[in-house]
Amino acid sequence: MTAIAKPDSSREAPAWRKSLANALLVTEREVKDSFRDWRILAPIIILTFLFPFLAQFVAGQFTDFVSNYGAEIIGERTIPFLLMIVGFFPISISLVIALETFVGEKERRSLEPLLSTPLTNTELYIGKTLAAMIPPLVSSYGGMAVYLGSLVLGDLAWRPQPMLVLQIILLTTVQALVMVTGAVVVSSQTTSTRAANLLASFIIIPMTLVIQGESAIMFLAPDADSPDGIGSLWAIIFGMMVVVGLLLRVGNSIFNREELLGRMIDGFNLKQIAAGIWRHIRWGDLRSTERVDAVAWYREGVAGSLRRLGLASHVTVLVVLVSILAGIYAGLQPQYQLGLPRDIGMMEVTTNLDMASRFFFGEQPVVMSILVQNWRVLAGATILAVFTFGIGALLLTPIVYVLLGYLLTQVIAAGYSPLLFVPAVLTHGIVEIPVILLATAAALKLGAVVTRPPANMTVGQAWTQTLGDTIRLWMGLILPGLVVAAVIEANITPLVVRAVLGGG
Amino acid sequence: MIEAHELTKVYDQFLAVDRVSLSVQPGTVLALLGPNGAGKTTSVRMLTSILAPTSGWARVAGYDVVQDAEKVRASVGVLTEQHGLYERSKAVEYLDFFGRAYGLPKQARRTRALALMERFGLTFALDKRLGEYSKGMKQKLALVRAMLHNPPVLLLDEPTSAMDPQSARQVRDAIIELLGDERTFLITTHNLTEAQELAHQIAIIRRGRIIASGTFDELARRIVGDPVMELRVNGVLNGLAKDIADMVQVEGQGESWLRYRVREPQVTNPALIRRVADLGIDIVTLAPVSQTLEDVYLQIMQEDESKEVAHDSHR
Repeated sequence: MTAIAKPDSSREAPAWRKSLANALLVTEREVKDSFRDWRILAPIIILTFLFPFLAQFVAGQFTDFVSNYGAEIIGERTIPFLLMIVGFFPISISLVIALETFVGEKERRSLEPLLSTPLTNTELYIGKTLAAMIPPLVSSYGGMAVYLGSLVLGDLAWRPQPMLVLQIILLTTVQALVMVTGAVVVSSQTTSTRAANLLASFIIIPMTLVIQGESAIMFLAPDADSPDGIGSLWAIIFGMMVVVGLLLRVGNSIFNREELLGRMIDGFNLKQIAAGIWRHIRWGDLRSTERVDAVAWYREGVAGSLRRLGLASHVTVLVVLVSILAGIYAGLQPQYQLGLPRDIGMMEVTTNLDMASRFFFGEQPVVMSILVQNWRVLAGATILAVFTFGIGALLLTPIVYVLLGYLLTQVIAAGYSPLLFVPAVLTHGIVEIPVILLATAAALKLGAVVTRPPANMTVGQAWTQTLGDTIRLWMGLILPGLVVAAVIEANITPLVVRAVLGGG
Repeated sequence: MIEAHELTKVYDQFLAVDRVSLSVQPGTVLALLGPNGAGKTTSVRMLTSILAPTSGWARVAGYDVVQDAEKVRASVGVLTEQHGLYERSKAVEYLDFFGRAYGLPKQARRTRALALMERFGLTFALDKRLGEYSKGMKQKLALVRAMLHNPPVLLLDEPTSAMDPQSARQVRDAIIELLGDERTFLITTHNLTEAQELAHQIAIIRRGRIIASGTFDELARRIVGDPVMELRVNGVLNGLAKDIADMVQVEGQGESWLRYRVREPQVTNPALIRRVADLGIDIVTLAPVSQTLEDVYLQIMQEDESKEVAHDSHR
């Protein structure tokens, strides 16, 4: 037989080119394989070459029908809406191909030989993602081209807004990306196509809602005929691109050899998971596990959880600063200014503050009302963060800081000293603001950890550890901090404000 | 070569591989034996840099399985437990794909694929879709894939399962031929006859731990004791057992045969033959009573199970 081969590194291409070539190698094989499957090929042909003519026929009939009742505008707007549908139907196949190419291969046990090759996890992931997208997208673009051609050249002689067509093409592409990247996440959590199909409803249902929303926008948007395209569709495209970016990151961290081969059954042992989280809350980071005293728990355990917040805490501080600046910027815009009266008496201010307080916290601004209010916001941000890869945490809590920045400018614009703010905000804020920052950072970390788990940890392990950290921070710092802040806010802040403003 | 030191793999709470240490020199075959679920596949996956060890280290073909994972995978040919072929592909396409994945130039891909397909008698099926292949053909093609990039280390999981005897012989011959190139083999198998024939070293794994390792002779000696010889004579023994008791330990006898255990047969047997001849007894045959790997394996497994029961009851 031939002499032994050694890996050759003497004439290597640049790393990115080599990686791209490797990814495309996987794509090429899988696309070829897809086109050999009649179950994929038949719908692609039908949706590319037959369905667009059906859509064009429907568009013609519908336009004629509604014009009889003087509703030509509905007919006109049905035409681009059907363009979107013609584009969407083929990309729905991408979900099927993605599930097949990821979990299907796992189920057929043909994944392991592939994982034994020198191809990296990222190369395999990109290759397979492209393979799941290319056939449906080709069909989708082809179908849209056929539909547009039939409209432009046919009886309707419709002249599309180029920007709207571009928007529909972009929407189709990002929708395909969302479905494929979502399917990778789903596939990695299962070992059978049956289970993956069940979990795929988490992709199908939100996507259906998005399509319904887009349809409504296309019919109802006031700028539907604008040459710049529909504003809200741009927002959807941008939002979905953010989702794609996050799903790509999650997929890239989940699609690795360890996760793919480590999970052999679709088991879910809630008791074991809960026990693991509790163990981490109680013993994690502690040098001695024989006896836990509160000092050691804070000094080693809570400190360990704080250290792991790392980048999340920096991002949170940055976002809060940007939020305050955004509030100040908005407050400086003439069209948004409140125009507070300049000659308002101090008594009136304190009375208004009391009214505002009663509005937010009920008749008696007691500690519990403030505590529940703050807890509700921070717990809501944490739950939202879990489902939004952490973004939710950065949307909900910074709103307070936007308002703070805005009100500051209004007070200054009315001719008052900015120092008026100090007693009202900083008296309890000295405790509350760090607690809010901490809770926001913890929520961000909890949501975002799945997009990049620490080295040597699976996504599941990283998430359960971060959940343990989050609970520990809530138990050790956030809840006690909120209680202290609420006590100060209810009992001391009003006194300080009255003293400073001279309201007695 | 393959070197592993205290290789351990823990899945959540489950200890799949427990401090496995191995050393396989170039030009030798190690057979990793053990019951289903013993940790063989997980060990192989760690040695091929598919799974990262929880602790311990391993070097394969000179590369660290964690630090140089891609180089390890490039230097290893793997036959996985399930052959996992792409059923809609033709053999040529399939091998071309894997050749490209291993970075082989076009010409080399073609030449190697054709040579190996011929070596395993599959040339006639080059253009057939893999879905049409028989079980044995699929297994052979998977072996071709593992050998395609000419790796210095081959890790083969059940290399001859599902093969007819002729095909299995072909595979064993190919392994023996490749050993001449100083290649290193690690084979996991339930076929103990095959393991005994091919392996220079044997490691037996149970519940993630290596419970015995060494050459077959070493294991047999350690577990079953010294080799047993059977002497058959023409006529009756006539008290021969007493006459040779100072040389060997007699284990049993019949009218015209006896069995004895001997530490160094190459030294003792010639002397014994001379003495029997001097006593005027005609020797018909003198042959070793064969000890099979199966005997050794079963004994080792039984002993480990007994130890475990004793340990559990002690606790």
